[in-house]
Amino acid sequence: MAANVFDTVQQALVPASGPGSLSHGILVLLLAPAELLPTVQRLKGEFAFDIFLDVTAVDWLRQTPRFEVVYHFYSTLHKVRVRLKTRVDEADPSVDSLVPLYGSAAFMERECHDMYGIRFRGNADLRPILLYEGFVGHPLRKDYPKQQEQPLVPYRS
Amino acid sequence: MYARTIPIVPAAHAKDGAFEYLTTRKDELIGWARKFSIFPYPFVTACCAMEFMAVSASPYDTDRFGAALPRFSPRQADLLMVVGTVTHKQAPILLKVYEQMCEPKWVMAFGVCATSGGFYQNYAALPGIDKIIPVDIYIPGCPPRPEMVIDGIMQLQDQIARSSHPIITKTF
Repeated sequence: MAANVFDTVQQALVPASGPGSLSHGILVLLLAPAELLPTVQRLKGEFAFDIFLDVTAVDWLRQTPRFEVVYHFYSTLHKVRVRLKTRVDEADPSVDSLVPLYGSAAFMERECHDMYGIRFRGNADLRPILLYEGFVGHPLRKDYPKQQEQPLVPYRS
Repeated sequence: MYARTIPIVPAAHAKDGAFEYLTTRKDELIGWARKFSIFPYPFVTACCAMEFMAVSASPYDTDRFGAALPRFSPRQADLLMVVGTVTHKQAPILLKVYEQMCEPKWVMAFGVCATSGGFYQNYAALPGIDKIIPVDIYIPGCPPRPEMVIDGIMQLQDQIARSSHPIITKTF
């Protein structure tokens, strides 16, 4: 059944996104940043992908575009997952926020913004969620020094 | 005024050498009392909590050392047990808890994360709580065996018994 859903989704979305691939039973689609929001709208509205599982990013250092933003969706009706990927550049690492579609996106986008510095247009609340106010930089970027600390309490000498 | 005569009766054991008084040093006496009444405050942040529960419960039973009654207010506690990883984001909370404790107070770093940061050598974790507060006893292990915790408590008891206990002024 999963294959049928994937076929339908793939056929419906192929003109916009190019052929997807199947990875570990998950349909993977590579999108342009501008295609993301319309695609997610169709996934939610037409194909019943009602759960937004996660958004994270991959830092491909020394590649352009540098960052790959990765989304996962799940359909409780079809019991299948879809992964969407989009590449954004270091100069302007911003994509559209999914908060208007999925409320749970708000927190996950905050975390992604903490760790990778991806800006989500339309998410009004991108305060640090795992990090703290005053933290400089984005620790999961590959060029963040591994042991660079930013202590909140001054160390005893 | 009403007055009552209290009859003075010689104690039955007055002549047979039984226990009547003893001499000791003030520090030894107070240290002896304090080392058996360690009220711990468990500052529990991570998986070491499981081992803390194991060592507190009846099979190992820290109550044998007078250290079983956790006080969930730092103001009533003597021993701050930092059990688990402390992150930079949490460090101000730990410092506030420590500063709220009354003297005399002791700090135990329970497990390798509290001792040195353990394997979390990164942007998030504090590399040992002794970077921000003084620590009296370190217990290594990930997590430490209950025997190691009990050994740590006993070593801390020795420290308490051997140390000076100024209770009124610095000299007394």
